[in-house]
Amino acid sequence: MVDFLKEFWMFLRVRKKYWLLPIIVMMLLFGTLIVLTQGTAVAPFVYTLF
Amino acid sequence: MKILGISAFYHDSAAALIENEKIIAAAQEERFTRKKHDSNFPTHAIHYCLEEAHIELQDIDYIVFYDKPYLKFERLLETYLAFAPRGFKSFSKAIPIWIKEKLFQKKLLKDEFKKFSKDLNWNQKLLFAEHHQSHAASAFFPSPFEEAIILTMDGVGEWATTSVAIGKKNSLEVVKELHFPHSLGLLYSAFTYYTGFKVNSGEYKVMGLAPYGNSIFKDLILEKLVHVKQDGTFRLNMDYFDYCTDLRMTNNKFHKLFGTTPRKSDEPLTQRHMDLAASIQAAIEEIILKMTQSLYNEYKIENLCLAGGVALNCVANGKILRDQKFKNIWIQPAAGDAGGALGAAYCCYYLYKNQPRSTPHIKKDKMQGGYLGPQFPQNQVENDLKEAHAKYITLNEDEIIDQTAQALQEGKAVGWFQGRMEFGPRALGNRSILGDARNKTMQKNLNLKVKFRESFRPFAPSVIREEVSNWFELDYDSPYMLLVDSVKNEKQLPMSEEQKKLFGIEKLNIHRSEIPAITHIDYSARIQTVHQDTNPRYHKLISKFKEKTGCPVLVNTSFNVRGEPIVCTPKDAFRCFMGTDLDILVVENCFLKKEEQSLSLKEDYKHKFELD
Repeated sequence: MVDFLKEFWMFLRVRKKYWLLPIIVMMLLFGTLIVLTQGTAVAPFVYTLF
Repeated sequence: MKILGISAFYHDSAAALIENEKIIAAAQEERFTRKKHDSNFPTHAIHYCLEEAHIELQDIDYIVFYDKPYLKFERLLETYLAFAPRGFKSFSKAIPIWIKEKLFQKKLLKDEFKKFSKDLNWNQKLLFAEHHQSHAASAFFPSPFEEAIILTMDGVGEWATTSVAIGKKNSLEVVKELHFPHSLGLLYSAFTYYTGFKVNSGEYKVMGLAPYGNSIFKDLILEKLVHVKQDGTFRLNMDYFDYCTDLRMTNNKFHKLFGTTPRKSDEPLTQRHMDLAASIQAAIEEIILKMTQSLYNEYKIENLCLAGGVALNCVANGKILRDQKFKNIWIQPAAGDAGGALGAAYCCYYLYKNQPRSTPHIKKDKMQGGYLGPQFPQNQVENDLKEAHAKYITLNEDEIIDQTAQALQEGKAVGWFQGRMEFGPRALGNRSILGDARNKTMQKNLNLKVKFRESFRPFAPSVIREEVSNWFELDYDSPYMLLVDSVKNEKQLPMSEEQKKLFGIEKLNIHRSEIPAITHIDYSARIQTVHQDTNPRYHKLISKFKEKTGCPVLVNTSFNVRGEPIVCTPKDAFRCFMGTDLDILVVENCFLKKEEQSLSLKEDYKHKFELD
């Protein structure tokens, strides 16, 4: 995972696409959440977040 | 230096192995797994490549993947953002796959390679080339040119959909690109979808259907759907397409423009569908010709190389050749994504490692006739056939040639399995079904009883190179069946007044030339020239057929049925033989007659494969 993050950061630097970072971070967070909670249990989680 | 190129995870996974400049082996995964357009990691193809070279994975210096996943992800994200909130449905389907798997493709690849060998330093060995760079490299580096313009056109890679590169000796520089969503490949696929065929595999059918129609919608396409500039660059009007935001190609505005909803695959084909096919084909040709003409005018280089899925549009290729702007053109036979594996390997060798490129010979490319796949020695063939309970006789080469030519002359459909399997979508005489091109019922019989496919689909001719200009308007090498030209005027049969009045598919039964089985409705043919140096046995067979009949032309279609990958092993060939109405099977020196086989070995083959 560390390798991936390093590489992805390098990719954003080379492409000068830093603005993609917050979107990707959010997506990865939610993605991980969905994977960990197996989809159905995610609803209350999300609800309490907001 | 040994380099392995890989294409995988989208469609047509493949592996290609080069040792310095020479291609050792290349094969598509589908041939081994028997799953058409297999997109999985090409484990079998890699195993085969290593076997062919008698090496282990540790002996490979570099492994190169054919595209860059992060760039693709960037395109995906930016496209969804640009169209938001439209496209949520597609977004919600695509992004989880990326987050779960595709974003971590490097790890995925490393894990797969670890199955071959655990202790390799992958950080040093694993490289990634850009999608269009891989295509362009596959078209230029094996080509017979020292210098060339390389035009790559496909659906989409990372961002690029059309790119122009200049190749000189061992360098390759991309000089222009058109970006997603403006794509000729996707425009053509939109019509493939709209006329009721499967995107990514039905494009051939649209091309084959085009001559039955009139291009009455061409102006409408060029006026409303695509804005083409003088130099051939273009922009699609995205108001008519849904592929950025939805899981379909076209939208209601598109359907309204052409007056009806898309054809469902089981609905009959009408004249309208044929006119649509003719129109998109004509429009694409016009755009490509504008592009190639302006490229020549700009760079004044006389050699053109083509790659990318659109380069498999052999009708357009024939027009570029006849346009005569370029003195020579060369098209990568595996122009689709499978060929990207080979291109990626060459990118590493010439561009990354900066190795010198030997001066190519104008008459000889590096593809070895496209015969880069597995072959089976005679003893293994005999063992396999015995195991399959086949009844066969073993003949020497002269007898095999003579008896096969005799069977062809008698109008029999022959399965012809020889030497190394072809790399790329075309069967070029090593995994082919052959027939007599003069036979008036051959096209219908092969389509319906052997291939189980639509009766309108044309067959291609194989002709020995020495004879091509006596039978076709073409007088140029076309070893990979990627150029279309007309049957020679004096071989054509004129249509009667009554026949001229027929429409569309009704024209199918008109005999248009002395070689009706391969003459399409517009007198065109997708020609394969057979060369003594790359396929001596096939050359010998056609020469023998000519000796017997005076005709140096055979019908050549791939050895498979509709929806099935081309056969790879002798056992695949025997299964296909027993499942279809093929009369004769020739595997290396073994000769099999259908009537001698046990009926119990027959199988229901027609429903075994999903229709393409």
